[in-house]
Amino acid sequence: MHRYVLGRLLSAIPTLFLIVTISFFLIRIAPGGPFDLERPLEAKVMENLNKIYHLDEPLWNQYLLYLKSIAQLDFGPSFYFRDFSINELFAQSLPISIQLGLSALCLALVVGGTLGVIAALRQNQATDYTVMAAATLGVTIPNFVVAPILTLILGVWLGWLPVGGWNGGAFVNVILPVVTLALPQVAVGARLTRGSMIEALRSNHVRTARAYGLSAYMVIVVHALRGAILPVVSYLGPAAAALLTGSVVIETIFGIPGIGRYFVQGALNRDYTLVMGTVVVVACFVILFNLIVDLLYALLDPRVRYD
Amino acid sequence: MFKSMRVTALAAALMAATSLTAFAEVVYHRGNTADPETLDQHKTSTTYEAHILRDLYEGLVAYDAAGKVIPGVATDWTISDDGTVYTFTLRDDAKWSNGDPVVAGDFVFSLQRIMTPETGAKYANILYPIKNAEKVNKGELAPEEIGVKALDDKTLEISLEAPTPYFIEQLTHQTGLPVHPATVEAHGTDFVKPENIVTNGAFVLAEFIPNAHVKAVKNPNFHDADNVQIDTLFFYPTEERGAAFRRFQAGELHTNNDAPTEQVAFMKENLGDQFRVAPYLGTYYYALNHEDETLSNPDVRQALSMAVDREFLADEIWGSTMVAGYSFVPPGIGNYGEPAFADYMDMSQIDREEKAMELLEKAGFGPDNPVKLTINYNTSENHKNTAVAIADMWKPLGVEVSMVNTDTKTHYAMLRDRQDFDIARAGWIGDYSDPQNFLFMVESDNTGFNYSRYENPEYDALMDKAAATIDLEKRADILKQAEEMFMRDLPFIPLMYYGSMNMVSDKVAGFEDNLLNVHPTRFMSISE
Repeated sequence: MHRYVLGRLLSAIPTLFLIVTISFFLIRIAPGGPFDLERPLEAKVMENLNKIYHLDEPLWNQYLLYLKSIAQLDFGPSFYFRDFSINELFAQSLPISIQLGLSALCLALVVGGTLGVIAALRQNQATDYTVMAAATLGVTIPNFVVAPILTLILGVWLGWLPVGGWNGGAFVNVILPVVTLALPQVAVGARLTRGSMIEALRSNHVRTARAYGLSAYMVIVVHALRGAILPVVSYLGPAAAALLTGSVVIETIFGIPGIGRYFVQGALNRDYTLVMGTVVVVACFVILFNLIVDLLYALLDPRVRYD
Repeated sequence: MFKSMRVTALAAALMAATSLTAFAEVVYHRGNTADPETLDQHKTSTTYEAHILRDLYEGLVAYDAAGKVIPGVATDWTISDDGTVYTFTLRDDAKWSNGDPVVAGDFVFSLQRIMTPETGAKYANILYPIKNAEKVNKGELAPEEIGVKALDDKTLEISLEAPTPYFIEQLTHQTGLPVHPATVEAHGTDFVKPENIVTNGAFVLAEFIPNAHVKAVKNPNFHDADNVQIDTLFFYPTEERGAAFRRFQAGELHTNNDAPTEQVAFMKENLGDQFRVAPYLGTYYYALNHEDETLSNPDVRQALSMAVDREFLADEIWGSTMVAGYSFVPPGIGNYGEPAFADYMDMSQIDREEKAMELLEKAGFGPDNPVKLTINYNTSENHKNTAVAIADMWKPLGVEVSMVNTDTKTHYAMLRDRQDFDIARAGWIGDYSDPQNFLFMVESDNTGFNYSRYENPEYDALMDKAAATIDLEKRADILKQAEEMFMRDLPFIPLMYYGSMNMVSDKVAGFEDNLLNVHPTRFMSISE
């Protein structure tokens, strides 16, 4: 088991290296540079700026310099937010995105799972149809529609919740962004749980458990759900990586200083280091969560072993 | 008995309320376009950075609530007879937030710093009228050679290259704001961090969290601190205008300096006086490539300009947040009279279209031999709608338009690198209120802004002549001749004058509409 984890982590290094290399050169292909304004700069000033940020050196050198600096976990200075280094920006924004994403993930897992189980137990009844209809709606309405509607009703008209702002992560400020972020995941979670739960309820080991005369609770939660949750876990792994690394839409609409917006801002401002930094962070999260999912499989499904 | 108890309770509650208001901290939540790139005034260039920096720092001169230039650190100044030497007397009670006095040497240090090439100041060229400034900025002279001298602690002398009637206006730009020399020397680029920063304006920086806010608190050492009503000030980046509008509706923002244009009708109806549109010192235009074979024909250029229904663009596409523009210099600008309007301004749209068709026919074009043009614009719903509407207006003339949409960086990189294009959207907001700040854009040696590659020695000669003229009225006449030439040759087709849009809560006083759209927080107050 330990060897398996170690092996997986080691194999992540070449993957990351490839991702860094490809994105480093891709972003440089985009026309314009970080210091292009509507009013062009004096040649001498541009020259100095380029020197400060090593942009005057050959691209190869810049690439090697960048590799060297990220090997020391230094993501360099931001080209747009010139008062900050990328590390400072991430230190500020990543915890916020993680808090938001984790809350949404828990909400999605608990609410989505529960709804899915209920629907499966009442298969083809009114409850089932209602849950599934709501789930379909949840998946199809994008959050850039849901967020303004929720803020308009609960914030502007009723005045119950703040419309935007992070406010240091105060509970009232977190509610709407978390709910909006979680909604599509709740919907997907409910659908997946329902499907696999129905299958599990018909399986041999559940029938055996029933035949032993176990209580309904034992049969459903311990025997059926354990197997039924697997597809949900394999879906939520990558989804978690996306949730925890921030959402551009949610952060922009609610004015939350998370990491998600840096992706877009970095690209639009040609803030090379910021783009690279977000790419590396997201890649790490994806790799990490895929590993966690695989380990959870071993934990949940007795048929899976990594020895 | 019961009644009197209630009265007592009421009185107590009232007293509590009054004492609360007497000591309550006044907090101003201000929506402000986007985050500053930096809080180092010498490295900034945009208006939203200026709003923050002019609240944190005070220059030699400042703006009042109406956008008029008022004395800042300088109480008064004299100008030599030849218009090239300015002598400023600094106020005795000007202090930095750490208690140090503001002295003439601080301005010498600051102006040397901004021109030093190593500073990497993006907008240093706005202060090129100062003697030797350009040479210092290009690394040809040492920073000490710049024409700025401290005669004593309270007297500052600035020498110019040539008389510059708008020099005082230029000093209001954030590039003219001083830095605290000791802090810059001690902390280098980190002098902008809240724990290090020392400012001399009405407010001092408390916190900067990108994508959240810039927080500033009242500076008790500011010379006019007694009259500053706001204790704490938050600037929020409000790039997402719809969300900002909802925050304004919910009372979370007191003001915001932009609005979702697609909701203008709704805002006018629901916000009433709280939604303000005012003329702004800017022009929205299309640059025409004069090196293009078709567009090098003056008749084609005139025809294209004539056929545009500017009222439709301003009122229908932009929801009356812009004004139809028939000159390049916007009306109301300082040191000028009425701009040189196009002669077809008062013609009806039908007459104009007819005239335009004649001109195109004369140039050898028509429905059988259509003019084929491409419009380049940077991403924005309104830029797209404008281009589509204009293409539609040109269609009856037999002009076939295709469109290229790119993001802002790509768009301006294309213009800067002088890549091939036919027509490109652009806009210009004046840095200071003087026609020179518009007309200089198409001087033939202005490689940065003359996107059209317009080359006219007569035009250049007029601009040079204006620069050498001290008498303001004569100068205005010369500049107007230049603008008439501009409107004849059309390097750019002016389409609309910008309007400023502000959402201002009823609770805010001292937020006055003005042409420059400047709103210093020190003159505002909030009643909850």
